[in-house]
Amino acid sequence: MRVSRRNFVKGAAVGAAGVAAAFPQLYIKDHGQAWGAKPWIYKDGNVKVGLLWSQTGNLSVVENDSTQVSLFAIDKLNAEGGIAGKQIEPVVVDAKSDIKVYSEKMTQLILRDRVATVHGSYTSASRRAVMPIIMKWNHLYYYPTCYEGRECMQNIINTGPLANQHSYDLVPYMVKNFGPKVYLVGSNYIWPKESNKNVKVWLERAGGEVVGEDYVPLGGSEFSPVFNKIRQQEPDWIMSTVVGDSDIALHRQFLQEGFKSDKMPIAALTTGEIETAAMGHEAGAGHFLSAPYFQDLKNPTNEWFVDAYLSSQYGGGGVTHYNMEETYLGILIWKKGVERALEEAGGDWEAITPRMIRDVSGNWNGQGPVGLSDEESPEGKVWIDPDNFNIWLKPKIGQCGSNGQFTIVKEAPEHVGPDPFAIYPERGVCKADGLHKPDGTIQKDVL
Amino acid sequence: MSVHDFWTPFALEPFISALIIGLSLASIWLVAALGLTIIYGTMGVINMAHGEFIMLGAYITWVLQYFLGFPWLLCLPISFVIVAFIGWLVERGLIRHLYDRPLDTLLATWGVSLVFIQSIRLIFGGEPQYIDTPEFLSNVVQIGFLNIPSMRIFIFGMALVLVGLTWALLYKSNFGIQVRSVMQNPQMAASFVINSSRVYGLTFAYGAGLAGISGSMFSGLKTIFPDMGLGYVVEAFLVVVTGGGELFGSLATAGIMGEMFSVFSYFTNDTFARFVLFVLIVIFLRFRPQGIFTPSMARR
Repeated sequence: MRVSRRNFVKGAAVGAAGVAAAFPQLYIKDHGQAWGAKPWIYKDGNVKVGLLWSQTGNLSVVENDSTQVSLFAIDKLNAEGGIAGKQIEPVVVDAKSDIKVYSEKMTQLILRDRVATVHGSYTSASRRAVMPIIMKWNHLYYYPTCYEGRECMQNIINTGPLANQHSYDLVPYMVKNFGPKVYLVGSNYIWPKESNKNVKVWLERAGGEVVGEDYVPLGGSEFSPVFNKIRQQEPDWIMSTVVGDSDIALHRQFLQEGFKSDKMPIAALTTGEIETAAMGHEAGAGHFLSAPYFQDLKNPTNEWFVDAYLSSQYGGGGVTHYNMEETYLGILIWKKGVERALEEAGGDWEAITPRMIRDVSGNWNGQGPVGLSDEESPEGKVWIDPDNFNIWLKPKIGQCGSNGQFTIVKEAPEHVGPDPFAIYPERGVCKADGLHKPDGTIQKDVL
Repeated sequence: MSVHDFWTPFALEPFISALIIGLSLASIWLVAALGLTIIYGTMGVINMAHGEFIMLGAYITWVLQYFLGFPWLLCLPISFVIVAFIGWLVERGLIRHLYDRPLDTLLATWGVSLVFIQSIRLIFGGEPQYIDTPEFLSNVVQIGFLNIPSMRIFIFGMALVLVGLTWALLYKSNFGIQVRSVMQNPQMAASFVINSSRVYGLTFAYGAGLAGISGSMFSGLKTIFPDMGLGYVVEAFLVVVTGGGELFGSLATAGIMGEMFSVFSYFTNDTFARFVLFVLIVIFLRFRPQGIFTPSMARR
């Protein structure tokens, strides 16, 4: 058989028609309800909240857990009486690990489902794809994952560590214990690159040096060329911002190449309990992770959280990891925001807007920003920064043991604040109303 | 970024390591492409589910090991047999109705691939799975300054064995003669009392089985999750198309691609090497769409 160009075009057209017939939502634009003064929360309805994660595709490895833990948190809140007596109604959509679908589903959640808030995304790519839509409708997004910062938007609350909180402790710790020479390996997209810019700043302060830097494609699983260069450069440790399934291949091949984690450990920002379970305990043992949360944290709230989650109908994944915990915090913090908004609106549910929930989560009525106490948050006390609406937390460094669980080797003595422009001071300072630039002007919605 | 950050200067020892790594990459791509060489190259079926046959092979290995405690090496032939059987079912149930509409096989097998991915996700969940490999395959073999993981040596050896077996089957056995005659002219072959539908079924099954065993092998090196097939199918198609759909075309292409990728990524970096390699393949196919080796005989 030969595939001529004409035949191929024909085939492709047939294929496209088939796809179009099978997925009409791809091209039928939303012509649901007109935009208007309709309330976001009805007096006699539930509080609707959108959950925008991927249940299918390569991102589903992590994002499926995010959906499950969100549903777990919502169940918990509903069982405790909901928000001021109102039940929370989750609207779960599947973003199919496709950036375009994130945008489409976001529009659908806002315009058709009219949710009061959306929680979602694991990657910076999908966050950056949906934020223009969120800002267009002056809506509200909760992003629960570590990210690079350098943004200052008025419609988002983040519950994961920023780059400045994430590697701030890790880099000096590794330089002190293993040596100054570091090799940077990352996945090829924005977060690893921005994150490594921070790493380089901290490295300079700690007296370290970068001996090599490499990025592999997302989903790539071939690290032998990188390890060849690592062998040549002989770094003291490896800084990894490799994410997802690639991360598992990285650790397995590290072991197969004959490297030893006590001689040249990998310090990672995302290698959590899901990954160490899948790479095999031998491959994970001895490496380091910086995160605000570990499943093995010893405190009553976390012990309750791990037990309750894993024994619930949502706990099929078998582990709790930092990203799930940050997602859980996002739902709890959002609930407190809605309670304040209700008070701000004088008890009138229908007057609450998404933006109002965000604004009252900062400094409001002299009550300070919303936060969670040691009894509510598995990682310990956290609160929202009233200026940039990221989260104050205690970064922790864990070393993976031979059972796939992490032992805390260092915990920051104090809470570390989020600073989205930590390594870009010339850009200005992020405040609640926008980015205050050095020339005195205020720029809103800096994406 | 200075030039020096981008360009790694030449040094003999790591360069020789890079050449060895190129061989390893070539063997991985070749193993991934071997089944497709049969199914697409010989039978002309555009099998979009090829990556999912690889994924099934990996999952079968995982199931055998995790639930039944089979040793890893024993899982390889078993997953060959099981995936070959699944392939045979797909051919009997679906593909055989489409031989006179080759482009429709593209859509049909794409559908099959979605069914496989979602079934695996429904049954085992979306999280990555872990497979234990034998101790002697988790080591590194040191020869002078060279450090070669034994798993990569194993895959390289298996690639040669599988190519040898496939060559013997296609060109040295009675069944191979039947396959080649049926692919050239089914009516003529039928008049020589060759059961062509049986030959189609077995050939497809063999191709699927090869994908299954490759998935088993990759399970020791790479990550096992429902969407893992996507990571192999692009390279597999490139190898087969650039190789002209012939067994030795695939062998040569995989070798050249592996070495080029490894050498480029030694001097520059992984991302740039991939970019250069794909651009070169597009240019090559523009001027030589029939691939490196032109099929020596008339095809269907």
